[in-house]
Amino acid sequence: MLMFGCASQPSNLYNSIGGKQTVEKIADHFVDEIGNDKIIITYFAKSNVDRFHQSFITHLCSIIDGPCKYEGDNLREVHRGMNITEGDFNRIVDLLINAMRAAGLTHRERNRVLARVAPFRKEIIYH
Amino acid sequence: MVKYFIIRLLNNNLLITIILGLTVSNLPSIVYAADGKLISTTGVIQVEGTGGSGIVPWATLSGYDSREQISATAFLTRATVTDYELDIVGVSASFYDRVEVSFAQQKFNIDATNDEIKQDIIGIKARLYGDVVYSTWPQVSAGIQHKILKDSAIADALGANDSDNGTDFYLSLTKVHLGAVFGFNALWNTTFRYTNANQLGLLGFGGSDDDREIVLEASAAILVNRYLAFGIDYREKPNNLDTTEDDWKNLFVSYSPNKFVSLTAAWLRLGTIAGVDNQNGFYISLTGHF
Ligand code: HEM
Repeated sequence: MLMFGCASQPSNLYNSIGGKQTVEKIADHFVDEIGNDKIIITYFAKSNVDRFHQSFITHLCSIIDGPCKYEGDNLREVHRGMNITEGDFNRIVDLLINAMRAAGLTHRERNRVLARVAPFRKEIIYH
Repeated sequence: MVKYFIIRLLNNNLLITIILGLTVSNLPSIVYAADGKLISTTGVIQVEGTGGSGIVPWATLSGYDSREQISATAFLTRATVTDYELDIVGVSASFYDRVEVSFAQQKFNIDATNDEIKQDIIGIKARLYGDVVYSTWPQVSAGIQHKILKDSAIADALGANDSDNGTDFYLSLTKVHLGAVFGFNALWNTTFRYTNANQLGLLGFGGSDDDREIVLEASAAILVNRYLAFGIDYREKPNNLDTTEDDWKNLFVSYSPNKFVSLTAAWLRLGTIAGVDNQNGFYISLTGHF
């Protein structure tokens, strides 16, 4: 099944969703979504939004085969001490889904991006 | 809460969907419990009252609870095949995405004689490992279904070893692969069940002796969008009695417009039941999450 899936899809996820422009759009909407979420915003109370915005773009670009290299701290370090719960993780994933939809990604493109994001969960929750 | 629930129903045009779904029931629209979010992978409630698909228990628990939450679920199911009907109602609660307890009442009706067989099933299931979406390996759960047969006459007549009660033990492995099939999310489940229940227990437990064995059950599904899933189930059956018991198969569609309700329909091929062959038909099930 996997083989068929790959055969018909462009090999580079970054290019197939529209490259730099789309990734930036996702990040813009994601920051808006976070800003409007009563629960998630509390985690960002002391954060530098511009810095987050920029790091998020580079990180997302790097995990979907884009031409970027994320050189920030690894996500375990970044989220250490936040004690992010499973429920809040699920919540931010929903915000990311909203942001991807607003940026024009199709259901299938969103699934493909989520598949790249999902493995980071264990580095982010409960520590 | 109930009022809120009803408002949600109306807001989502679900009633209309149900009515359409029932009248055009050849095109069943079943549910895949969830508002379709990534995390909405709880499945529905299977025939014995635990979280799963139509006939197979999954490793997922019945609610939408995360590790900090408790949730409750209620369901109504009707399965109609050529010569029989099975009505099921049940409730379940899951705690902290760790343990699910469930209670279901089955009422099996034999058209030819108008006989009725009732059975109660008490279930418990615990998640042992993993997360159906996020962990690299499948989510794994173990469960017990204790079945109390209320009407023993037919089980006795067919020569079941025990016509009062029986207990099934099972181990399920379930995994969702994001974007795996042409960008669609795909799910598979495998369940190993240690059982001697004849036709779910409705025809008693064991044949000429206790007859416990391990049977294999499996499901596969594709989530075509956030709300709609299509899948298949296969359930191997023990076949302990002189009257044949065939393996069960179904094709299902599950529709979950939100996190509160899901509607599942299935096309059943159940083979021979209590001596009458070719038992094909439909299954419709409504699940509500609170
Ligand atoms: C979907 C998975 C997630 C990804 C891919 C992700 C990624 C990132 C990245 C790349 C950064 C920037 C690091 C830097 O500043 O160099 C960051 C920062 C941050 N993340 Fe996440 N994150 C995720 C989930 C979460 C969740 C669930 C929360 C909380 C509910 C959260 C809260 C934060 C906060 C508060 C910061 C800012 C830290 C600071 O001010 O330095 N993240 N995240």
